[in-house]
Amino acid sequence: MTQMPVTEIQSCARAERQPIRHRLADRGVDWSLLLLGPAVAVIAGLFLYPFIYGLSISFQPQAGGGALANYKNFFADSYQVGSILKTLRLALPVAFLSVALAAPLAYRCRRDFRGRKVVTLVVMLPITFGGILIAQGMPRVFSPVGWLNLTLKAIGLPQADLIYNYQGTFIAALLTSLPLSFLMMMGFFGGIDRSLEHAAATLGAGRAARFWRIILPLAAPGILTAFMLALVESFAIFPSAILVGQPDNQTHVLTIPIYQAASQNSDYTMASAIAVVLTAIELLILGVVVFVRGRLFKGPATAGKG
Amino acid sequence: MSTTTIAPAPSSAPTADTTASARSRPTVTAVLTWMIGGLFAATLLAVLASVIVTSISASWGGGWLPDGYTFSWFRQAWDTPGLARSIEVTFEVAAADVAAALLIGVPAGYVLARKRFPGRNAIMLFTLLPVILPPLTYAVQLAALMYRLGIGGTLLSVILVNLVPILPLVMLITVPFVEQISPDVEHAARVFGADNLRLFSRVLVPLLSPGIVAAAVLSLVRVLGSFELTFFVSGAKTQTLVVTIFGALSDPGGPPPALTAAMTVFYMAIALLGLLISLRFANPAQTLARPAHRTL
Amino acid sequence: MAITTAGANQNQHTSAVEFERLSLRGVTRAYGKNPPALRDFDLELGRGDFVALLGPSGCGKSTALACLAGLQPLTRGSIWRDGERIDTRPAEKRGFGMVFQNYALFPHLSVQKNVEFGLAMRRVARRQRQERALAALRTVQLEEHLGKLPSQLSGGQQQRVAIARALAIEPEVVLMDEPLSNLDAALRVEMRTEIKRIYQERGLTVLYVTHDQEEALSLATRLVVLRKGRLEQTGTPQEVYANPVSAYVAGFMGYRNLFPARFLASGPGRGVSVTAFGRSLAGTLISGGGLAADAEVTVAIRPEDLVISADADAGAVTALAEVVEYHGRELSVQARTSDGGVLHVKTDQPVVAGSTLALTARADRVLVYQGGLDRDEFAIEAGTQ
Repeated sequence: MTQMPVTEIQSCARAERQPIRHRLADRGVDWSLLLLGPAVAVIAGLFLYPFIYGLSISFQPQAGGGALANYKNFFADSYQVGSILKTLRLALPVAFLSVALAAPLAYRCRRDFRGRKVVTLVVMLPITFGGILIAQGMPRVFSPVGWLNLTLKAIGLPQADLIYNYQGTFIAALLTSLPLSFLMMMGFFGGIDRSLEHAAATLGAGRAARFWRIILPLAAPGILTAFMLALVESFAIFPSAILVGQPDNQTHVLTIPIYQAASQNSDYTMASAIAVVLTAIELLILGVVVFVRGRLFKGPATAGKG
Repeated sequence: MSTTTIAPAPSSAPTADTTASARSRPTVTAVLTWMIGGLFAATLLAVLASVIVTSISASWGGGWLPDGYTFSWFRQAWDTPGLARSIEVTFEVAAADVAAALLIGVPAGYVLARKRFPGRNAIMLFTLLPVILPPLTYAVQLAALMYRLGIGGTLLSVILVNLVPILPLVMLITVPFVEQISPDVEHAARVFGADNLRLFSRVLVPLLSPGIVAAAVLSLVRVLGSFELTFFVSGAKTQTLVVTIFGALSDPGGPPPALTAAMTVFYMAIALLGLLISLRFANPAQTLARPAHRTL
Repeated sequence: MAITTAGANQNQHTSAVEFERLSLRGVTRAYGKNPPALRDFDLELGRGDFVALLGPSGCGKSTALACLAGLQPLTRGSIWRDGERIDTRPAEKRGFGMVFQNYALFPHLSVQKNVEFGLAMRRVARRQRQERALAALRTVQLEEHLGKLPSQLSGGQQQRVAIARALAIEPEVVLMDEPLSNLDAALRVEMRTEIKRIYQERGLTVLYVTHDQEEALSLATRLVVLRKGRLEQTGTPQEVYANPVSAYVAGFMGYRNLFPARFLASGPGRGVSVTAFGRSLAGTLISGGGLAADAEVTVAIRPEDLVISADADAGAVTALAEVVEYHGRELSVQARTSDGGVLHVKTDQPVVAGSTLALTARADRVLVYQGGLDRDEFAIEAGTQ
């Protein structure tokens, strides 16, 4: 009888322990994670790194005075601190109104109808053209000698003061925000199974009851999501605050001091500090909305087959 | 029990042959809703019209319409050094960014949707941040990084910075679309002999195509309108169109409004073209909702 | 709850005026320029009836139900409740209970709130609402699941909640749109019995849509077969089963052997002889008349009516047994004739695959219909040839 070759003895022993590749795969780590690599590299390198770098230099003020000097100076300056309030005064109402106005429109458009493609096209125009184009076109419409005021004068109504102030930026923001809210919610409302509405009708629910008791509760999570997205956009308002707003006063939102610190004063540490403040405030508000959303029903809006 | 004596609906006494669908009168909410829609559409069209009319106006004091008309602004805009270059840059940046975002983001989104691995939640969170934070919170430092790397002001830097918000967007859009595809479909493909590459190209990509197109449209739109990020890194020769236009608008001593309007009309034409092309492929409304309700 | 005999019409939970008849008259429903889903459809529903609308998908049965419920507007025609016209009323004012194919339970409401929904719409007081909902849930034996959400229930349970929800409002008529088609086979049989029991116990009036002939036969007091939006045949299950008025209906009633043949000659009464599979067969003419020699006809024979005879006499068709399925009490045999035709036989005699069979049938169980057969119409439901 020949002896078992040495290699066979060794591999017998090795077979007892699972290869490390399998153990990793059990925990979800395998070659497919490589597909994630480039994306992680981009996000880490082009976002996280600059962001954290900015965070760190915000604690190294250019003019010295200790780590928190930038923040202290910012909060000590009532004009700058006021921009926090101005940001919220603009962002929250814009987001809220965007969703509130878009919701009934989206609800009516949830089913396919003949002009739907045209409506979609019109709605996508502001998104495609962007805020700068909207801001560019507004003066001729809203200025004291613009089309709107000419019309009002002709009818005999008082003049409207809707540009180069809070209202101007508000309108510009709403024009770009409404379409996105509309599209999102049209999808959400449309995604609610039709048979649910039919069932409610056969049980005696009229149009109002169907909306308030069935559609709205099921669409509520989606509406909140749309609100959050609108909020995200409205925190980022910048060009329209300058072009059709009052960047020194009424629409002195947080993005403007960041821009000023960076390009006019070349004080990158201060710019980063203000950026941190903006980030913190936005994340705080979003966090509150997420919390509220978590309390609501989040199940599928289908009729559910067991 | 429901009442049994209900007055007939307010319609003329119908014979057995006429249509008798119960059509209700428009409600107050319906009227209000259409008014809102109408107001929005009117404002939007007025704003767009104002740009177009300005671009063909010889001069426009006050009043409803310009004092005179001319097409010369377009010729002048076209000859303006930098405008043609801006258009070119916009095309190149848009194409490169959307392509890169799709190539990197779709596979990444796939992995995020399908696999559970340590650190997944952290990655999902970090993916969310660039999408929800205002560009100005990182634009400045990102620009500084580009300059430190020595590529500040180049086309490459513009492409790179604009990738930051749209790559996560593509990933986040891809995830629900992948989740909607039953894993059994992939298993079936493997059982029948598909290797990874063929699985992706022949099975997953076709099934994901609505999501991919939606992601492409949204990214394209975002890149075209992107201002802050490009502003901080672009040089004179690498500006996108919106940056050029913003510069013209905010410069008190800059070009006359009509000239800027003409530039914008070029931009509108390009954007409109892009929009019409992409609307042939996708319906953004359908794809922005949770695709989970669609059965497969 | 009154226990009543099948088909009786005492409904104890009555309102002021009970209805006697629901009529659909000339109901047509067309979508734009497309051919109508429902054409000139007449239906009478008497109190206490259990009417089944039977047909393949696309035949218009669900459309008829939706029109009656008020979920679809009529393109033409009218719907009457005794002397009153009701098709001008919206769905929420018609007072019918409805059970949907996909259950349509409100996912955000508990079982209790789902069942109470119709009562809440009728502004029933809270205590009464709860009692009636509980009673309805007891009828379907789900009273223990009051607080659960639909997503926490199995398919069969969800379906029962849907039934309870429709029953709770004590409707005049219960409309059911293929309520069992999403359940697995065993559950389907069980629920079928449940539905029949509830119908009998409560003395309901039911309009039931299905594509399954077994369900229709076992549940209904009257069958209505639809074809491409039109009424094809109506009658008691026995009538339709024994005397299908066309090859289409025969296909639905389990006449699995449907094949083309050529008219040969007339005999006494409705007797005819036809040629098929190279032989002449004696049959009974059901539809058509004045047939010329060699005219196209369709023959329908039940698998149970094909008899394996001991010897190959002149009238028998010989076929080779290809597939033999064991069904416990009987065998299901698929046999192929010499010219390639397929015949299905059910027999309790022992048959071995590969053996040759001589098949005959009584002339009155060989149904002959004038004209050819459009196989696409019901290939899936009636079984393939």
